[in-house]
Amino acid sequence: MALLSISGVHTFYGAIEALKGVDMEVEEGEIVTLIGANGAGKSTLLMTICGNPRAARGSIQFDGRDITTTATNQIIRRGIAQAPEGRRIFPRMTVLENLQMGALSADPAYFEEDLNRVYELFPRLKERQIQRGGTLSGGEQQMLAIGRALMSRPRLLLLDEPSLGLAPMIVKQIFHVVAEINEKQGVTVFLVEQNAFHALRLAHRAYVMVTGEITLTGTGQELLANEEVQAAYLEGGHG
Amino acid sequence: MEYFLQQLINGLTLGSIFGLIAIGYTMVYGIIGMINFAHGDIFMVGGFIALMSFLILGIAGITWVPLALAIVLVIAMVFTSIYGWTVERVAYRPLRGSFRLAPLISALGMSIFLQNYVQLLQGARSKPLPPVIQGGFVLMESPTGFTVTISYVQIMIIVMTVVLMAAFTTLIQKTSLGRQQRACEQDKVMASLVGVNVDRTISATFVMGAALAAVAGTMYLVRYGVIDFFEGFVVGIKAFTAAVLGGIGSLPGAMLGGLLLGLIEAFWSGYFSVEYKDVAAFGILVLVLIFRPSGLLGKPEIEKV
Repeated sequence: MALLSISGVHTFYGAIEALKGVDMEVEEGEIVTLIGANGAGKSTLLMTICGNPRAARGSIQFDGRDITTTATNQIIRRGIAQAPEGRRIFPRMTVLENLQMGALSADPAYFEEDLNRVYELFPRLKERQIQRGGTLSGGEQQMLAIGRALMSRPRLLLLDEPSLGLAPMIVKQIFHVVAEINEKQGVTVFLVEQNAFHALRLAHRAYVMVTGEITLTGTGQELLANEEVQAAYLEGGHG
Repeated sequence: MEYFLQQLINGLTLGSIFGLIAIGYTMVYGIIGMINFAHGDIFMVGGFIALMSFLILGIAGITWVPLALAIVLVIAMVFTSIYGWTVERVAYRPLRGSFRLAPLISALGMSIFLQNYVQLLQGARSKPLPPVIQGGFVLMESPTGFTVTISYVQIMIIVMTVVLMAAFTTLIQKTSLGRQQRACEQDKVMASLVGVNVDRTISATFVMGAALAAVAGTMYLVRYGVIDFFEGFVVGIKAFTAAVLGGIGSLPGAMLGGLLLGLIEAFWSGYFSVEYKDVAAFGILVLVLIFRPSGLLGKPEIEKV
């Protein structure tokens, strides 16, 4: 039984069908990536997993339980965390407060331990502890978004375009941390990316989404070598 | 000088009451972006509950003032909170996600409903409360015979407001509930993505606003000795003005706006004319809105990207 399994999910924004019957699975311990062009529905899929917007049809199972109609805050309490599109740092809260918000659904007994682990992964956050979230740079905000998600001790971490708008150095660092979280802490990662080259190299398995449908799937290596993928997503070098 | 000091004391007392109510307006605005026009009437309901509690305690023979006052405050806060919670539950929550004006209209409806509800149950005439606390300190006596006094009631109102403000600020800044409220204020979708129950947090905000309004209602009743079903309208509009003056959405702003408005009213009544005190209060509001549209401590509205 996969940790996350999505079957036949349709999602609408008003009359627009953003997801047209998506099927996919994420096994425990994997890094799975979803690549696709802007507007393909990748972020919508991540948000649908979290119940906002709701899937109009189809079902989403997490850890053997159906979460298709579960309230968002309850889904989070079951062990899914998301660093969403646009990072959505609480701008008028300090870095520490943002991390405390992340820990809301975790057992408070682990707070210090988790906080130290996040600070080890991202020493910059420790330096900026009492700074307001809104004043951080883009890279720092991304670190904070991931750190905040980790504070809930998730079993499944959803990452929405963590590389967007960041300098190559920072992108490298963030992907390195994602691999480390997966390996050392055993957190399953579902990564949505436009930066297909990095994402496919990192991922065990990958899906390609085109206008709300999954069109291709395979291991990261397979998709890297796939001509269609190369033409559509890897053209122009290795961003 | 003596006269000035006396008006200062009066203004601070009145301003404290405005400030306590203004917090309810500003918090609700901060978290769901609507003006809760029924909040003034929640204040009035708080006053009535306090009045009834005083009378019942009087009948029950509990007349030791500090004890009676404490019991009345607790009862008023609890029952008024239930009103605040219910108003949100029945009149605003079902409209969440509909167009922006809908909850505003619903709030006006709730305001009219609460006024008529109290009028039907309690009658239209003002209800008096015999003075609960009498006496005070004479601070100064001028040769012309004018004395500056601060009554025990005034001291109580100011002290109570300071204590509540401190407690409330701590709650918002330091506790998990306060952080959840601020998170909802800043980004409700993200708040739910870290596990905040947004509906419950909004309810908590209404409960807290109503509890503070209940304290204000009790203080108002004890200070002025009368309450009627329409009292909430004028006081509510004044407190709303205070919230806008200080910068709606800002907690320190609500307090500052309340105090300023109380002082403006007191000094205007003292030096110019009592009849035109409302004109002065609202005139200042107009001036502030012209030159600082986001209020004294408010943040200018930033377009969200």
